[in-house]
Amino acid sequence: MEQNTLPTPVANADSKPYWDAARERRLVIRKCKACSQLHFMPRHLCPQCWSDQLEWVDAKGTGTVHSFTVVRRASDPAFTALVPYVVALIELEEGPRMMANILGADALEVKIGDRVKVTFEDRGDGALLPQFQRA
Amino acid sequence: MKTPASLKNKIAIVGVGESDIGKVPNMTGLGLNAQAAKRALDESGLKVSDIDGVLTAYSFTEPYFMLGSVLCEYLGVKPRFNASVVSGGASPAVMLKHAAEAIASGQAETILVCAGENRATGLTRDAALSALLAVGHPYFEQPYGGSIPGYYAMIAQRHMHVYGTKREQLAHVAVNTRAHALRHPNAHMKRAITLEQVLEAKPIADPLGMLDCCLISDAGGAFIVTSAERARDLKSKPVYLQGIGEYHTHEHLMCAPSLTEFGATESGKTAYQMAGLGPQDVDVAQLYDCFTIVPIIELEELGFVKPGEGGAFFAEGHARIGGKLPVNTHGGMLSHAHAGAAGGLFGIVEAVRQLRGGLGERQVQGAEVALVHNEGGILSSHCTLILANDKG
Ligand SMILES: [Zn+2]
Repeated sequence: MEQNTLPTPVANADSKPYWDAARERRLVIRKCKACSQLHFMPRHLCPQCWSDQLEWVDAKGTGTVHSFTVVRRASDPAFTALVPYVVALIELEEGPRMMANILGADALEVKIGDRVKVTFEDRGDGALLPQFQRA
Repeated sequence: MKTPASLKNKIAIVGVGESDIGKVPNMTGLGLNAQAAKRALDESGLKVSDIDGVLTAYSFTEPYFMLGSVLCEYLGVKPRFNASVVSGGASPAVMLKHAAEAIASGQAETILVCAGENRATGLTRDAALSALLAVGHPYFEQPYGGSIPGYYAMIAQRHMHVYGTKREQLAHVAVNTRAHALRHPNAHMKRAITLEQVLEAKPIADPLGMLDCCLISDAGGAFIVTSAERARDLKSKPVYLQGIGEYHTHEHLMCAPSLTEFGATESGKTAYQMAGLGPQDVDVAQLYDCFTIVPIIELEELGFVKPGEGGAFFAEGHARIGGKLPVNTHGGMLSHAHAGAAGGLFGIVEAVRQLRGGLGERQVQGAEVALVHNEGGILSSHCTLILANDKG
């Protein structure tokens, strides 16, 4: 596995705090100060009530596998050498869902409903990508 | 929310066309669009000068800025109404809705709706797959090596987990649609497939194998929409729009509100309500089938069967021509053609043809009402339409 050929996280104005936190091995999500709703994909306003008063909160880093697939033919050539690998939708303890790989020796045995915990994968230049492994 | 204004019986489709389909290396994507448009116009008996509106979608192989204008320029048409609609696979049905709205409000009288690309020969297979990567979220999905088949595979896994849908039932969808494609003279796929062949095909993303995934074709499709009034004295038998509805819930899978409930329920409800019809009135359905799980979910959301019963409906043969509700009688995107937005457009073309009748061994006997469902993204954008060969 040639790590430096895998995509590196790209931060923008919406997501820089997320990727900065990941570099410190913290998984953070957005919380609306007005309606308390949590969401994953960072944006300028709360998708529930449109308040622009949002904060970043630390997620516990645990959750369950909502669904997954074992990719056996990669569309992105950077991943060709990794097949078969697992792409999953993780439902965080706090509620929002995010996408990640399931890493670890037992990754291919993953099932829906499995408990998972966050881990961080080195994608070069100190950039860490939130990933999950079976708990 | 206010109920959308009715478009029932306001417009008719008066001509449909398909380009040459399959591997067509001697034609460009624009050329395929033009060929389909010419065939649709010829069928309607209208003249180029009658076209005062043009709608098209997008192209991965010829990614022009302002594709709508580029297509009009290529066709030599100067319309008063023109746009490029980018709702992924839902675009053709959404374009029909925009066309109906424009005609009903008098902004245009006769609109050409056209889409397609040379996706089989205009790009290498790897380049085509890479271009489609853009459907994944650039920052929060793509770094994980997902793929379009992979996202739909996750939906399939969840459906199997929640409802007990079987791998074999997915495979039946592919076998079913291939059997229909063999009755279509212009279908990309010409050879029968067996259940075993689908199950043993090259694995792509569990549980989906190669034959659970739509084709990559060179293809263009077109239809001509005009007012119900204008349609009366044309040479082709008009097919009337009875109901149409859209619903959009997300784009990226990570933001989908649910992996088992999508927007087809809502888009279908709007369409049925406008038509004053229900699932029991539909004689033939053309359901978007980019992957075998999708028509199973659509059958359920559109009320033809209960949630979780879509897989068995296909496995038991009810979706075959001659069955309770024939689905994708042209062969769908799994076996007839898939080339960008043309994939879903052929569902509309086939619905019109079924309602006109005379398709020989492909004909659904006594077909009077057809439903078409298009979806785009990862079951993100939905549009359902109901057509009939009589004003009802
Ligand atoms: Zn809020």
